[in-house]
Amino acid sequence: MPLLDIRNLSVEFATRSGTFRAVDGVDLHVEEGEVLGIVGESGSGKSVTSLAVMGLIGHNGRIVADRMEFAGTDLRSLSPRQRRRLTGKDVAMVFQEPMSSLNPCFTVGFQIMETLKVHEGLDRAQRRRRAIELLDQVGIPDPESRLSAFPHQLSGGMSQRVMIAMAIACSPRLLIADEPTTALDVTIQKQILDLLVSLQRDRGMALVLITHDMGVVAETAHRVAVMYAGQVVETRPARALFEAPRHPYTGALLDALPERALGRRRLPTIPGVVPGIADRPPGCVFNPRCPKAQADCRMGPIPMFPDETGAARCLHPLRQVGGQAA
Amino acid sequence: MTGTAMDMRQGPGSGTETASPVVLEARDLKRYYSIRRGMFAADATVKAVDGVSFALRAGSTLAVVGESGCGKSTLARVVTLIDEPTSGEMRFDGRLAAEFDGRTLRRKVQMIFQNPYGSLNPRKKVGQILEEPLEINTSLSKAERRERAHVIMAKVGMRPDQYDRYPHMFSGGQRQRIAIARALMLNPEVVVADEPVSALDVSIQAQVLNLMMDLQEEFKLAYLFISHDLSVVRHIAEDVLVMYLGKPVEHGPKETIFARARHPYTRTLLAATPRVAFEDKPQIPPPKGELPSPLNPPPGCAYHRRCPFATERCATEVPPLRPVDGRLVACHYAEQMA
Repeated sequence: MPLLDIRNLSVEFATRSGTFRAVDGVDLHVEEGEVLGIVGESGSGKSVTSLAVMGLIGHNGRIVADRMEFAGTDLRSLSPRQRRRLTGKDVAMVFQEPMSSLNPCFTVGFQIMETLKVHEGLDRAQRRRRAIELLDQVGIPDPESRLSAFPHQLSGGMSQRVMIAMAIACSPRLLIADEPTTALDVTIQKQILDLLVSLQRDRGMALVLITHDMGVVAETAHRVAVMYAGQVVETRPARALFEAPRHPYTGALLDALPERALGRRRLPTIPGVVPGIADRPPGCVFNPRCPKAQADCRMGPIPMFPDETGAARCLHPLRQVGGQAA
Repeated sequence: MTGTAMDMRQGPGSGTETASPVVLEARDLKRYYSIRRGMFAADATVKAVDGVSFALRAGSTLAVVGESGCGKSTLARVVTLIDEPTSGEMRFDGRLAAEFDGRTLRRKVQMIFQNPYGSLNPRKKVGQILEEPLEINTSLSKAERRERAHVIMAKVGMRPDQYDRYPHMFSGGQRQRIAIARALMLNPEVVVADEPVSALDVSIQAQVLNLMMDLQEEFKLAYLFISHDLSVVRHIAEDVLVMYLGKPVEHGPKETIFARARHPYTRTLLAATPRVAFEDKPQIPPPKGELPSPLNPPPGCAYHRRCPFATERCATEVPPLRPVDGRLVACHYAEQMA
């Protein structure tokens, strides 16, 4: 049984110009101890998916799903009290902006110990000891004195380490990291990713890594789900995805990377733009921009078609290695 | 002790084709800021840019690479004449910057900023945004300004009917096109682009990079391309200048540096850049710790506390920027970097 099992999840928001479906029929599952990467461009619904799992969608959002289970618990029917008991303990999250995710009014130590107090019921001395231990684990030098530091006294990388320390404080079984390194410099990014992976490995924790950076996913994830316009369009093991993508969108996205340009001066681009609120096309959401689109792509919803290594939501998938959209 | 004119001639620029003329030459540029530290403490000096030299050729791109706080944005401010350098000289077409009047210089150097959501005035229409540089710097009539705006809009792939739209009606990639168009209005020789694609999605990034390369070819623009993304730099630049804490640490032709970086910092930057390829990734651990405070830089080599190869010499002796293997590098042990 997967640790996290989501079937047909949709999230809709009521906006002035009508209902906007940010997430549209997403199936996701995360196994115990697995690193799942979710990639997509802005507006693809990757963050909203994770917020829905965490129960962090606001009142203007509506969540519908056929199944939404974490370790056998149905997330849809949780009372707020049960939800609070789960969130921060078994499921934890690290957000994109480390500087703004910490409360500027309280010390780092207070914020870590708060989690421990709520979920673990440790006494004051135990909490302090555990907080120092955690800061040490995430590689913060001189952890004891850092307990009394305020967030503004920390750099971006240090703040993100503190966020990770808070997230792993109660040994979660699933950690969701939403663009955890986007605001950071490359060398610090590398440090944080190495830290996340080593924590994941040592603790057997499942990790969902949400990012727009294909390189980060390739280097970190075991399995990848590619999202486009609210849908998962392709999912397969990382290596298979990057070496032989089947969905034309994945292929085009990879081809657009300067790293893959291989001496060609002009980069291949994807014509058009990501569809907005009002203009999601019928049929395949990618069909207006797809070089392989045919008449049948414009009709009816397209299901995921399983293949040897994964699945792609495409009637005419790419076949050759390298992902060149022919 | 940093790059002098002498080094410049032996180092970067000499490896690439020398047909196109040098449009901008910077020698030993420095920009220091003094920071007040309170009533009783002495003012501190931040050496934001400390001895940077380079030559920009028409139709070619110099990429400035480094992490936040390395001085790359200050360098952009100095080159675009927003900030005066504390010392050092800049020559445009061989003549000292001081010999020109401000307006002429302004027309030679234009800038593209990182965030197209912040760099365009939301109250102005595209047409007004594009014509403002002409209004300030030229004596063209309204009709001539309008015509020029339409010409440039066509060059960056915008439709004439978009002339009357506001920035909020455009996507991020489109806005960056407007910003690029604005930079080209005065027909500049040098365009300073400060992280022009890092706020954009991958597919849009490719469109904007293609556009920048096309325009460079057409107008023989010289780009000073500031970026932290080495895969973008590798694609677009001819020369690379790596900075650390205000100082150049490695500077030379792109191929030479990417084939074999000679400065330990360049090597870790290259290794830390995430890549989608699964083969031949360099396995170099990221540098220890974080960037030291520019208020209190370490003695000797600024990188020595994070460098795995550092010796006692690095802690005391500042490594000069010197030519090694076809590029300039500031490391005592550059020869040993295999």
